[in-house]
Amino acid sequence: MGAGGWVDACAIDDVEAEDVIEVECGGRTLAVYRSPEDTFHATDALCTHERASLADGLVQGDIIECPKHNGRFNYKTGEARRAPARVNLCTYPVRTEAGRVLIELG
Amino acid sequence: MEKRDYSLIGPSAQRAAEQGLVAADWYHPDVPRKRMKELMRRSDGPALRDTAVWLTLLIGFGVAGGLTWGTWLTVPCFIAYGVLYGSATDSRWHETGHGTAFKTSWLNDVLYQVASFMNLKEPTFWRWSHARHHTDTIIVGRDREIAAMRPPDVAKLVINVVGLRDAWDTAISVARHAAGRLTEEERSFIPEDEHFRVRREARAWVTIYVAVVALALVLHSLLPLMYVGLPSLYGRWLATLFGISQHAGLAENVLDHRLNARTIHMNPVFRFLYWNMNYHVEHHMFPMVPYHALPRLHAEVADNMPTPYPSLLAAYREIVPTLLRQMREPDHYVRRALPPAAQPFRPEMHDAVFEA
Repeated sequence: MGAGGWVDACAIDDVEAEDVIEVECGGRTLAVYRSPEDTFHATDALCTHERASLADGLVQGDIIECPKHNGRFNYKTGEARRAPARVNLCTYPVRTEAGRVLIELG
Repeated sequence: MEKRDYSLIGPSAQRAAEQGLVAADWYHPDVPRKRMKELMRRSDGPALRDTAVWLTLLIGFGVAGGLTWGTWLTVPCFIAYGVLYGSATDSRWHETGHGTAFKTSWLNDVLYQVASFMNLKEPTFWRWSHARHHTDTIIVGRDREIAAMRPPDVAKLVINVVGLRDAWDTAISVARHAAGRLTEEERSFIPEDEHFRVRREARAWVTIYVAVVALALVLHSLLPLMYVGLPSLYGRWLATLFGISQHAGLAENVLDHRLNARTIHMNPVFRFLYWNMNYHVEHHMFPMVPYHALPRLHAEVADNMPTPYPSLLAAYREIVPTLLRQMREPDHYVRRALPPAAQPFRPEMHDAVFEA
């Protein structure tokens, strides 16, 4: 773990462009996204609707679509964008360093 | 004979929760992530093409029906118009409801509203009903979209071939929602902050139907109702046949779509009208896959699937005798056989369900 609650989550190369993976870090299960613009983002791993793993979903631009009911979130802001998703996702600050993705768990 | 309790707020709902059947983990075949991403990929092209063909045919047969009104030639025109209006919209409603038909969101939203109206499915009400159907597919006390409950009410199923049961239920429901009321059962699956949409849509529907009936009265002609309203009934028969074939007669209270849904091979015309929902097992396993990719998904997971039915007729050769027998023996159902090499899923739990 780095200073200030930053946790090593995965390698940059673990996540393809416009995709998502699930990681365990700091005792939590999180989803790590790599946007088409090559920026990295992190949210809670499970959909706020019925707890499906978002890592099985589809990333399109800034949107993650849940694999179970097609609810959508903006994974950069956590905002719920399409029913049945109604409760926003929790997001986490992310930075990259030496080929690694670090997440601040706070 | 004890009648099963299919209510969403009765003892079956509680029993389903106690048995771990609510929002449970379901069987999914292993598909590599890279392949899954290919299959889930969205595109506007196929649905734009299919919607253009559908609209062209709908308008073409509608105009032909109007021009030949009063002659026998109008009959085949309105038969075709009715199927396109009252049956083809079932799959259009369904696919756009999942948000998978088009890549562009607003195209899904527009076609969802239009197709829902034509298919007598209140948009917000059915969005939430269908989410529950995917969470708890054919779980008694949880899924309100079980078409053939046990023992089946065959008379109601038969009159629904022309949509009479659906139309009656929808008319009552729309009137109630337009008046601002939702039942306790509806409140169990529609979140409170969505209720205003239910009310707003019901009031819009009432306005449209009142306008069409008024036009028919002013013109002293049935013709306006042949275009809007009646085709939801006289054109509904094919959607009803498709819909019943999805789950009727198969197992209840299992957590494996291979055991409670049917994949049926169909001809290209049916697949166009039904938007490939004949691959129904695969759709339930992976609702993220758009209709146009379902044949490829079907091929990808075939080794773990039960043998598909070769035709709609073949499916009904199983469904009709099963439903007739269920009238006397409600515990009877068809147990689908998995291929010997297929991945099993919670066999101890499913064996207990089957033995019960």
